[in-house]
Amino acid sequence: MGLISNGTTLLDAGAIDSGVATGAMTLIKTLTASSSANLSFVNGASSVVLDSTYKEYVFKFINIHPANDDVFFQFNGSDDASSHSYDIIKTTTNFSAEHNEGNSVAQLGYVAGDDIAQATGYQRLFNGVGNDNDSSLIGTLHLFDPSNTTFVKHFMARVGGHRHSSATLDTYIAGYFNTTAAITALNFQMSGGNIDAGTIKMYGIK
Amino acid sequence: MGLISNGTTIFDAGALDSGLAKGAMTLIKTLTASSSGTLTFHNGTSSVVLDSTYKEYLFIFNNLHPSATDGPFLVFQANAVGASGFNETITSTCFITFQFEDNSQAALSYVTGGDQAQGTAYQRLSQNVGGENNESMSGSLSLFDPASTVFVKHFIARASAHADDDGNTEGYNAGYFNTTAAIDEIQFKFASGNIDSGTISLYGIN
Repeated sequence: MGLISNGTTLLDAGAIDSGVATGAMTLIKTLTASSSANLSFVNGASSVVLDSTYKEYVFKFINIHPANDDVFFQFNGSDDASSHSYDIIKTTTNFSAEHNEGNSVAQLGYVAGDDIAQATGYQRLFNGVGNDNDSSLIGTLHLFDPSNTTFVKHFMARVGGHRHSSATLDTYIAGYFNTTAAITALNFQMSGGNIDAGTIKMYGIK
Repeated sequence: MGLISNGTTIFDAGALDSGLAKGAMTLIKTLTASSSGTLTFHNGTSSVVLDSTYKEYLFIFNNLHPSATDGPFLVFQANAVGASGFNETITSTCFITFQFEDNSQAALSYVTGGDQAQGTAYQRLSQNVGGENNESMSGSLSLFDPASTVFVKHFIARASAHADDDGNTEGYNAGYFNTTAAIDEIQFKFASGNIDSGTISLYGIN
């Protein structure tokens, strides 16, 4: 049954009609870590959409908490159709601001060790997150036009958190997957140990 | 009464069904300054929601204009549930970019005076905002999971201002309220004088 108001279709076939303004940011999938080795968003699996449906995808990190102390939070992409391996060539930048609770460190700088130049390793999103009970990280990653087969695939992120050294760190990451193949999946993990707790939400931007 | 279309529940119990695709960003409240000493968002007051309903809250500043002409900073603080005084403990970072209109100076630098190390002062969100008629600042602040009673409360902000010394300055501030108590009240003000005009809108991100 549809619902038509004043000549305009509001509802039909079990969904809000595409002509009705519903907001341009759509929650696609929420993954919640529970001693998880990694969290993956794979197009076509578990209701995840990561294709030409949206030109921009946004991933939100909410209180990601590691099992191990002083580890990197990092991610990689896949261009496989199945049996995904996460090994896309990337070139990236990374800079951050840091300030510790003891006020002995207050700095802004490029982090050469956390960028990548044409390598396939995981891209670091946060350096040295602590595993104290109240320690975690948050942030946002934007991935643009992942299904494009003409251009490289750009991403940019800002990630903040509580370091193992009792400091706040505000990190800016950007770069591109240097491939014209479509990116079909993203994988998030810690550099060592599990993601003990936390949530990653994936959105599509119309 | 519910409404079912093509076997899919659209409305039930007075609300859109949670399974329906709809916007993930919800406008909660807009406050408009009018020679206002402060603008405050308090959960449960004046239709403000600032609790576990959302994992991320986004504040957008639109053309905040100070009454003072000495270039005040926009600043903010929080109260934990049941607390008062806007004096939660903060550790934060602050860096800026700026460019003068006469091209005499342009730089990127860390601002030690804009950060806090376990301080309880209002946190700077912008640099010195000009008070002439056409001068203002705009930007945003994200506050993550304020209702958590496990983790510290992270925030990240970015704000662009027309400075009182005729240039653009962009402030990048981030950090955490170093408390595991839930945060339910946020207050904004200029470091001197009133917020003469402008709006702050609060959004919840599903």
